[in-house]
Amino acid sequence: MALVLNEEQLMLKDSARSFLDSQAPVSHLRELRDSEDREGFSRELWAEMADMGWPAILVPEQYGGLGYGYTGIGIVLEETGRNLTPSPLLCTAMVGAAAIVKAGSDEQRESLLPAVAGGQHLLALACDESSRHAPHEITTTAVKDGESYRISGRKINVADGHIAETFIVSTQTANGVSLFLVPKDSGGVSVEPFRQLDTHHAANVAFDQVVVNKSSLLGPLDDGLGLLDYLLDVGRTGASAEMLGLAQEVFSRTLDYLKERKQFGVPIGSFQALQHRAAQLFGELEMCKSLVLKALQTLDEEPDGDPELASLTKSKLGETAHLAATEAIQMHGGIGMTDDFDIGFFLKRCKILDNLYGDSLYHLDRFARLRGY
Amino acid sequence: MADNGTFRRETRDWLEANCPESMRQPYNYEADACWGGRNCKFQSEDQKAWLQRMASRGWTVPTWPKEYGGGGLDLAQAKILKQELARINARPPLESFGISMLGPPLLKFGSEELKLQHLPPIARGEIRWAQGYSEPNAGSDLASLQMRADDMGDHFIVNGSKIWTSYGDKGDWMFCLVRTDFEAKKHAGITFVMFDMTTEGVSTRPIKLISGKSPFTETFLDNVRVEKNQVIGEINDGWTIAKYLLSHEREMIAGAGILASGSLPVSEVAARALGRQNGILSEPMLRADIARFEIDERCLALTIERARDEVKAGVSLGAVASMFKYYGTELNKRRYELLMSVSGQEALQWEGGEDGLGELPKKWLRTKGNSIEGGTSEIQLNIVAKRILGLPG
Repeated sequence: MALVLNEEQLMLKDSARSFLDSQAPVSHLRELRDSEDREGFSRELWAEMADMGWPAILVPEQYGGLGYGYTGIGIVLEETGRNLTPSPLLCTAMVGAAAIVKAGSDEQRESLLPAVAGGQHLLALACDESSRHAPHEITTTAVKDGESYRISGRKINVADGHIAETFIVSTQTANGVSLFLVPKDSGGVSVEPFRQLDTHHAANVAFDQVVVNKSSLLGPLDDGLGLLDYLLDVGRTGASAEMLGLAQEVFSRTLDYLKERKQFGVPIGSFQALQHRAAQLFGELEMCKSLVLKALQTLDEEPDGDPELASLTKSKLGETAHLAATEAIQMHGGIGMTDDFDIGFFLKRCKILDNLYGDSLYHLDRFARLRGY
Repeated sequence: MADNGTFRRETRDWLEANCPESMRQPYNYEADACWGGRNCKFQSEDQKAWLQRMASRGWTVPTWPKEYGGGGLDLAQAKILKQELARINARPPLESFGISMLGPPLLKFGSEELKLQHLPPIARGEIRWAQGYSEPNAGSDLASLQMRADDMGDHFIVNGSKIWTSYGDKGDWMFCLVRTDFEAKKHAGITFVMFDMTTEGVSTRPIKLISGKSPFTETFLDNVRVEKNQVIGEINDGWTIAKYLLSHEREMIAGAGILASGSLPVSEVAARALGRQNGILSEPMLRADIARFEIDERCLALTIERARDEVKAGVSLGAVASMFKYYGTELNKRRYELLMSVSGQEALQWEGGEDGLGELPKKWLRTKGNSIEGGTSEIQLNIVAKRILGLPG
């Protein structure tokens, strides 16, 4: 497939950009922070996003969705990344929807997908147990008990864990790894929400002898590692798309500043020391655009995705977005260090997205392993 | 799309039938590349046949119009041909500055007469071209060039010297920037001319590099007669042609950053040389550097692909040749630094031997010139900063 957006995708991009520019620019995030919003995102804005059809993008048409695929949702995430807009899009509309679409039973699809598409039901992937991402090291157990399973364990830093109606939980079962759909109001689930450094919220979630029916199993019993990896790769690609938007926006703000800020009687952008760094960053961002588009298209074309490409993309985007955000602060000088100025928000959000589903070093290592070295 | 499916099948069949087995592997030595020209000595019958067969289809220059010796393919077909060539690891049938540098500006700015005179011999590999751009006092500041062309009515008499002429001693013809107006501002007095290098008064002298090899010459012009009908574009408007050619030259050089089809990835070279422990390359620091390099290698390949797809779709990235040139050459330098590290002390031997011993250090040294030739990395960054990013000064 050609590495360009088609007509429909270009329209989606335009409409996402104009909606977010007017309804949820960076000042929206600042307001949520300053008002110490309890959830860290706006339910009203989410309802508007649902009206725009965004949570329905990945859901097939037969379940009330739009069927625009991964490239579609990735385009929207790039735009929310640009505006640092907090929303359940990544966790529910991309990772969550992918989980149900890919592995859900007919019953799970029918009960969840229409509500996901409508934005009424929020999901969260609960997979991390250690501070450094190590999703295959799972101590949470699901023990068979007649027609049910009893789940016990603790997941940390669950993105959207503070608002999810249903958790997708990775567990050890008798002979391997299995994923379960666990409603948050099940007995024994306790959610400890917290605010992160980027003012988005997350939660630690404990499962104490939580009983779920065997129909809550998502995907194959004992053989769920492949599904977990697939969902993580979906999330990694989504986080990469968000970082792409973030990096482009912070770079464009920096360029504007280089052109308008004067010292020694000239714009600081006329200094070669800064020009060369800006030009290098421009090149890195062009590389990132190609990667994200290729990674999204590959998810649409390859049923099992391409783990090597997902890690390559996540690693490169984590590194480049971080470079863009730190260069932005340096080039803005003192004002870049102030809380009044928005630039710092980009570095903070970037830190969260880089860590989400494995940071750039984790993926550098995984990329090399997948290539056999 | 159905047409392209047919085109792919037919192309694949034709290549299967016509690409000799020995041409289906990467170059091992510099001499494996075929550069054509009047004095071309083919390394083998296969090499000769491969060039002639490809030239007969116009596939040495797939997108050039048929009347100029090209294949007349559209961009989508050219991409398919490229993929099919890569699929069988086919060597390029012809390396040529005529194709990669002179062709594009000649097609765009040349008169019909000049196109018909020069393009078909380039496509067939009959005439080898050399580039006369840099001068001893005009490197990064190319437009300050001083080679002097005096107007004698129907011809010029040219005097001066050029430097860094790639394979100047092997060139049949030269395309060359000369100064025709000595009063005008430096960019405004330049003319783009072409002449046969066997003309009286042309001589070359090889320049020995740190690699011990001499791929470049100095070129001296002493009262050389150049016909006015061998000017591309207008007299004194050569800078327009020069810049257009440079952007193509830079794209060509950037391609060095991409792994040649059929070559072993750096990680595989390293795994064979150093071994693995538990599936992991034994040297962890080198492993991380290699992984970063291979990520960037993939980035460049995908971005070049995207740039081509965008041209096809009618949305152009703009003046990105400089970005590709910078990225590709810095990447190629990293590749050879890594290969030297992987080979360790074995790579320190200078004299040639079996297994190509002594080749690697010379290639490594040669790559140091990648970020200088065709405009230094710093010049490329200047161009990106000013033309793409719109930074002042």
